[in-house]
Amino acid sequence: MAKVTFNTDLCKGCSLCVSACPKKIIELDGSTINAKGHHPARIVDQEACIACAFCATMCPDCVITVEK
Amino acid sequence: MVVFEKPKALTDTPFHYCPGCTHGIVHRLVAEAIDELGIEGNTIGVAPVGCAVFAYNYFACDMIEAAHGRAPAVATGLKRADGSKIVFTYQGDGDLASIGTAETVHAAARGENITIIFINNAIYGMTGGQMAPTSLPGQITQTSPYGRDVETVGYPVKIAEMLSTLDGAGYIERVAVNNVKNVRNAKKAIKKAFQNQVEGKGFSLVEVVSTCPTNWGLTPEKALEWLEENMIPYYPLGVYKDKFADKEETK
Amino acid sequence: MSEKVLMKGNEAIAEAAIMAGCRHYFGYPITPQTEIAAYMSKRMPKIGGVFLQAESEIAAVNMVIGAAAAGKRAMTSSSSPGISLKSEGLSYMAGCDLPALIVNVQRGGPGLGGIQPSQSDYYQATRGSGHGDYHLIVLAPDSVQEMADLTFKGFDLAEEYRMPCMMLADGTLGQMMEPVSLDMGDVKKHDKPWALTGTEMKRPHNIVNSLALEPQQLEQWNIERFKRYDVLKKEAMAETYRMEDAEYCIVAFGIAARISKNAVNALREKGIKAGLIRPITLYPFPEEVIREATGRCKAFLSVELSMGQMIDDVKLASDCRRPVHLCSRTGGMIPTPDEVVAAIMKIAEGGNN
Repeated sequence: MAKVTFNTDLCKGCSLCVSACPKKIIELDGSTINAKGHHPARIVDQEACIACAFCATMCPDCVITVEK
Repeated sequence: MVVFEKPKALTDTPFHYCPGCTHGIVHRLVAEAIDELGIEGNTIGVAPVGCAVFAYNYFACDMIEAAHGRAPAVATGLKRADGSKIVFTYQGDGDLASIGTAETVHAAARGENITIIFINNAIYGMTGGQMAPTSLPGQITQTSPYGRDVETVGYPVKIAEMLSTLDGAGYIERVAVNNVKNVRNAKKAIKKAFQNQVEGKGFSLVEVVSTCPTNWGLTPEKALEWLEENMIPYYPLGVYKDKFADKEETK
Repeated sequence: MSEKVLMKGNEAIAEAAIMAGCRHYFGYPITPQTEIAAYMSKRMPKIGGVFLQAESEIAAVNMVIGAAAAGKRAMTSSSSPGISLKSEGLSYMAGCDLPALIVNVQRGGPGLGGIQPSQSDYYQATRGSGHGDYHLIVLAPDSVQEMADLTFKGFDLAEEYRMPCMMLADGTLGQMMEPVSLDMGDVKKHDKPWALTGTEMKRPHNIVNSLALEPQQLEQWNIERFKRYDVLKKEAMAETYRMEDAEYCIVAFGIAARISKNAVNALREKGIKAGLIRPITLYPFPEEVIREATGRCKAFLSVELSMGQMIDDVKLASDCRRPVHLCSRTGGMIPTPDEVVAAIMKIAEGGNN
């Protein structure tokens, strides 16, 4: 099963993963602020993930690990 | 099964780059190429002066920090000292295309067997957004507040085109990192630029058209759009020279 | 004692460097040091070494940085205007604690100046030459033999103290032919755990770097470097000539010292007790020898091919306890022994200043 994990501490909230996701299942988590002071990205619907790794490909900070 | 994770050739030090800065993507691509070729233990990187100055903290291989623009000369010294080492430089546009033009051109002319990763984001990032040799005509920067006026300051330097005219240059490709497809192409080009060196072929340079959201005054997503709409038309992507491929074809 | 061969000073430097294990030479053409590059271009390919004519002085010194960072003995050579260009690299080399040999066959300045001999890069060499808090080891030969000996020793000092070493010669010495023995002895091996040789996945990565954005860190690095410079002081070298009972002490290095030796002999014949102190290391400056002479001499005379630069160090080393006079020519002109004799005579006759 496809699984995306975010190393939230490293996220700078740039949103490049959000716009890269073809399934539109990533968003910035407005309810939390990480150690760097950003709203980190999170996946909202793990079930819908197809492990295409587009998000990780566009992430400038190696935040995302993709498994299948 | 893991299909995507941080490459081993990067250390655990978090990047200091601004949110959405594509330096992070290119660092990762370089590290992936090093991982896939299995050359980390045999590689020496040369960091520039500019935003990527701290690259020496991010790559897990041996690293040296060069003076502004001098990375190709330092890399030449390293490579001539031990030809079995894989030596790469990672340089921005001010470093490579302005203050270090001579070092760049002559390393290429000598056919120095090194790999150069050239980040072209059309601006001086670390010093706060001044006009770069690659800033576009009309582009507003801190030192071209009315837009780059080509009548007074001249035109951008097209490095890939310029270097491809040199007999010594082996492999010159321009790529971009504005979308998934282009990032994947960039990865292929960077890996090839290292592979060429591993095979002892000669000078390889990959120009990576990149963004600087902070100094462009755009969000990271808008910066990628600006890159596509403005940078790529002026800096067309593609292979500008592949001396090595030609050789193989004629064999 | 091995047999002697007749060599030009510049060639003696080149051959001694090879004997010291230097296999990496990077240079750029400039008069009057061209013989070094020409010699290296012939020899290096035959012994598996690297001779590379760089695109500029700046590139050449940065290639030296690369080769030195890889742990190799590397060198470059140039003349005054070229050394100004290399000074950026010298500052980085010092900041990165890299050893290398830099030869400056001096010519007259400032600017493009001339191509005749000069010693007017004394300040530049002994004060570091580039930006920041640092020093170079500075060696000043006065014969072809010493050009060879000090080249050999220079590599060793550079590696022992992990700092760049400059050979400060001049056009006269570079072009001079003298018999020279190239019996240099064994090359000392220095461990270089800091060198960039690839991690081989067996150790953490080495970083060669001079950047420290934290001021505390940079201050600490500078303090540690200067502690090393303090230890280096024990390497100070000087030759003394007829100083046992000297009342008038000439201080001169390089070609000016050879002229001054003749002047000392002429003065002795006139019954004037003159002697010579010849600094062989200009950094560290042989302060002790000067200090010791200060107690016994009536006055110093600094003989230089400049408007007067080393004279400052003579004043500092003697704490200005005796008058320090200057006898100098500049712009490529060389003082004659007669001029030096006349200068001492004037001092002896009480014509101060």
